Amino acid sequence: MNVNNYMSLQFISKSENEAFARITVAAFVSQLDPKMNELTDIKTVVSEAVTNSIIHGYENKPDGMISISAKIEEDTVYITVEDEGLGIKDIEEAKQPLYTSKPELERSGMGFTIMENFMDKVEVKSILGKGTKLTMMKRIESKKALYN
Amino acid sequence: MSLQLQISNQGEALIVRLQGELDHHTSELLKTKMENAIEQEGSNHIVLVLQDLSFMDSSGLGVILGRYKQITNKGGKMVVCNVSPSIYRLFEMSGLFKILTIEEDVEQALSSLGVVS
Ligand SMILES: Nc1ncnc2c1ncn2[C@@H]1O[C@H](COP(=O)(O)OP(=O)(O)O)[C@@H](O)[C@H]1O
Ligand SMILES: [Mg+2]
Repeated sequence: MNVNNYMSLQFISKSENEAFARITVAAFVSQLDPKMNELTDIKTVVSEAVTNSIIHGYENKPDGMISISAKIEEDTVYITVEDEGLGIKDIEEAKQPLYTSKPELERSGMGFTIMENFMDKVEVKSILGKGTKLTMMKRIESKKALYN
Repeated sequence: MSLQLQISNQGEALIVRLQGELDHHTSELLKTKMENAIEQEGSNHIVLVLQDLSFMDSSGLGVILGRYKQITNKGGKMVVCNVSPSIYRLFEMSGLFKILTIEEDVEQALSSLGVVS
């Protein structure tokens, strides 16, 4: 394994931490010298995943724990976002564009669609009553030339 | 990181300028403030100015769609302007750009609504 860098962080399920999480991960990924739009993509997917853990995993209760890790291997960044919340019953249904289980909260149902569009790969593992873990991968363009 | 809102009136239109970051946390504030302003001012239309919005995710899409429904239920219109490429991409992905009217800037938004500026 060729891990160039790694970090992890944990925080409770308060919505204030959505901005904290995306800014922290973006700062970590910055060492790959990404383009502005790549950094925006990273911020957006972290925001989506953390928001889902807060709203759906922990149903807006502030006593849940959310864990994030980020790993850099050459030109690629791997991000995990994990909660110990309710879990997802039907992952395929959850991934459908515009699908939301909470329309009363004005959710758009676009979180998974955005994550899958902005990242090269998104893997969802979920166990009902145990929690959800997302693993996402993205190759940073500006670094490709160096490793090709 | 937070969201600042500036709400003003021009003729029949409520002009809402957003500055900062629109996510799940800040969308609650936007929802409440806009809901109240729409009810209190009795405005027919909304112009949403995104010029100084530096970040938005799918929670922003949800709250914008919510206000769109609120104003169209009252027979009004909503126009969004000064949309950055990254936010436009989210409008495209969600199909929102098909139902929202998007204009270049506030002047064009107001004239598309027939409000003299
Ligand atoms: N961490 C999670 N824990 C439990 N359920 C989740 C989680 N993330 C997503 N979901 C489920 O997947 C659905 C789709 O998520 P998403 O595409 O982000 O849309 P939205 O958040 O707007 O509902 C959610 O409505 C929810 O039912
Ligand atoms: Mg979501």
